[in-house]
Amino acid sequence: MARATIPFGPQHPVLPEPIHLSLVVEDEKVVEALPTIGYVHRGLELLATKRDFNQMIQIVERVCGICSMIHSLCYCQGVEEMMGIEVPRRARMLRVVWSELHRMHSHLLWLGLFADSFGFESLFMQLWKIRERIMDLNEATTGNRVIVSVNVIGGVRADLDEGQIRWIKDTLVEVEASIRSLQSTIMNDSTVCKRTVGIGVLTKEMAYDLGAAGPMLRGSGVAQDMRQLKYAGFDEIPFEPIFETAGDCWARSTVRFRETLQSIDLVRQALDKLDGSELATKVKGKPEGEVVTRVEQPRGECLYYLKGNGDKFLQRVRIRTPTFANIPPLAAILPGLDFADVPVVVLSIDPCISCTER
Amino acid sequence: MSIVTESVTTKDLVSVVTKLKADGWRLVTFSSVEIDEKNLEILYHFDKNLELKHLRMSVPKGSHVPSISGVLFTAFLVENEIRDQFGILFDGLVVDYQGKLLNETVQTAETSPFCRFHVKKADAKEAQ
Repeated sequence: MARATIPFGPQHPVLPEPIHLSLVVEDEKVVEALPTIGYVHRGLELLATKRDFNQMIQIVERVCGICSMIHSLCYCQGVEEMMGIEVPRRARMLRVVWSELHRMHSHLLWLGLFADSFGFESLFMQLWKIRERIMDLNEATTGNRVIVSVNVIGGVRADLDEGQIRWIKDTLVEVEASIRSLQSTIMNDSTVCKRTVGIGVLTKEMAYDLGAAGPMLRGSGVAQDMRQLKYAGFDEIPFEPIFETAGDCWARSTVRFRETLQSIDLVRQALDKLDGSELATKVKGKPEGEVVTRVEQPRGECLYYLKGNGDKFLQRVRIRTPTFANIPPLAAILPGLDFADVPVVVLSIDPCISCTER
Repeated sequence: MSIVTESVTTKDLVSVVTKLKADGWRLVTFSSVEIDEKNLEILYHFDKNLELKHLRMSVPKGSHVPSISGVLFTAFLVENEIRDQFGILFDGLVVDYQGKLLNETVQTAETSPFCRFHVKKADAKEAQ
């Protein structure tokens, strides 16, 4: 059998961001895969020594545009824990609203890209059309489409009035109907199933041992979601993680699709729980000590390790993003696949290289 | 405020990690942090049913540390990153990027971005 090494990326039609895979193939079968990153590394963690702990909110928001809100949420709740700050209830609920809107637009973006990866262009456009409605909500309520920048240490800096709340609810009714209309296509269409069912299987044991995160982990049957930690407003909002057991590309796609619908419900519940409390608690002092805090990003578990020594600059900001955790499982499932399936499987982890290369 | 950690040394690290894996703990990641002029700390974060357990290991800058990637494959990427950022050398890495995961230029402990080396007046005089 002829053996060859084929470079996949860093520039590839299915990759929005650069990652390189060195694929050793025997005829059409992949036998070995070695990932390489480092094309867009920005050193954002090191900026903690040059930007004070308030300015770092804007830095961590730029770790990843698609889940910027959730990065700053994780960072803020870490600093708040270090400084013993209690966040007002309204702010905690608003954090749920915007973080779930982020999850929705991230999943819709990914579902569109995924459809694009196997050539289903009309599905891709339908999904991105729906996503624009969520982007409109972000823009109208925060002033920005992607990097919404609503978190501050101690709470949030933006509020929703009654008109906006009603408008969000009305929009979500239409968005939900649009998403549900695509359900049978995404989950049952024969062209989708042929490219996703049984492809790139990650077993439950492998997913756990290899440290997979988010839909990659839940698609393999592990019902673990950081929202079960009851951060932000999730202490008052009932939450059950969505999971599938097949462990293939179809399962990962289905988890994300069902989570998009679940997020709509979570936004509604959070909006219903908004009370008249303050938007933010006044912050006094400087962070001292160390803390590990976790949240659930659209791509999975995100961990922040923060260490402060009472100075305005944090001594260390360490960010573990979900894509970083999902690269080793990806490298483990690629061997044995047909070369033509590689783009679909790579995309099925929802690779966010911006996150990976903080 | 501080997190509860269990201290480990480079000698018992691999056996402790092996036991944690056998007990069903999942490696989330590990974090390195500069402690003082000469030392770093590596904190290993493990998860089981949403509960976290942390191992803390103190190591001198530029030293060799046993890799846990033989036990937990997922560690190879983190170890290569720490190698690039802090100049710590991991022995027994299953996939070794030779210090070129993030940088094209191999970083030593002295040049790695997260390690600051301090020169005191007394040291400078002694060197002269």
